[in-house]
Amino acid sequence: MVLCQMCAASLFAPPGARWFVSATDPKPLASTIVRDDEAALVSAAKGGDTSAFEELVNRYERKIFRLGMNITQNREDAEDVMQDAFMKSYQNLDRFQGDSRFYTWLVRIAVNEALMKLRKRRPNQVSLDEPITDSDGEDSLFREIEDWGPSPEKKFAQTELNEILNSVISELDPIFRVAFLLRDVEGLSTEETAHILGISVAAVKSRLLRARLKLRQKLNKYFRRSEAQ
Amino acid sequence: MNCKKVVVELTSYLDGVLDSSTRTELELHLSRCTDCRLVVDTCRKTIQIFCNSEPVPLPEDVRSRLHSALLERFRRKAKST
Repeated sequence: MVLCQMCAASLFAPPGARWFVSATDPKPLASTIVRDDEAALVSAAKGGDTSAFEELVNRYERKIFRLGMNITQNREDAEDVMQDAFMKSYQNLDRFQGDSRFYTWLVRIAVNEALMKLRKRRPNQVSLDEPITDSDGEDSLFREIEDWGPSPEKKFAQTELNEILNSVISELDPIFRVAFLLRDVEGLSTEETAHILGISVAAVKSRLLRARLKLRQKLNKYFRRSEAQ
Repeated sequence: MNCKKVVVELTSYLDGVLDSSTRTELELHLSRCTDCRLVVDTCRKTIQIFCNSEPVPLPEDVRSRLHSALLERFRRKAKST
């Protein structure tokens, strides 16, 4: 379902972890821009070098599609999110000031597009402005405290595990889901996440705490040691 | 440090950005409190499991449509300038 590019802390990075998505490798482009230099690519694209912009697309298309899938939980919506994000970033490239990474700017556009999709689907349920409280209350997040053992995910086949992860993350309120995806799955910093969502660092930390505790609680019924297989 | 304070500091602790004195206090509490230790451990595993899960592949047809749309946009822009 999801794959971390830069885990938040090195202690989360197990040996042999897969760090890249399995889609077909992008075709090499004729751009003369140094591949690692995002700022130069953006500058060239602003100057009309379409191969430079295509290189940026090749670099980030998988990440943006994955983010769209994880937020909207729908393939068609994720495709729309990805297309709209790249089209809008190309259309508005002149307005990009370079005060953040191009990728961060692109993610911000993609997140807004994805949330608009959710709002259209569930107009009364999805808002980034709602307060960071819910009917569960704090105490419920500290229920179901059980030992999971060293590698709880190994109790499940990969397909089954993916279904479990998809299921629990889709149950999370979008405002918490997006914070978790940007920070913990996409590996953006807390500051970048705050910038993308247009909220304070403290608000990101608060949403992240709740998202992590809620996911932990939801996974508990699958991963607890006492769960018979 | 008590259990409530552990919750307050949990995100910073898991992200490794807690100052050393608070971290020492928190770890002392964890050494004595089984519930908090299990919450920290299972929270850490939650993040790890999501990080290591199977990636969402980018379907070739989806990628192809994106690049076709981009090429069309490039052509339209080239014509207009």
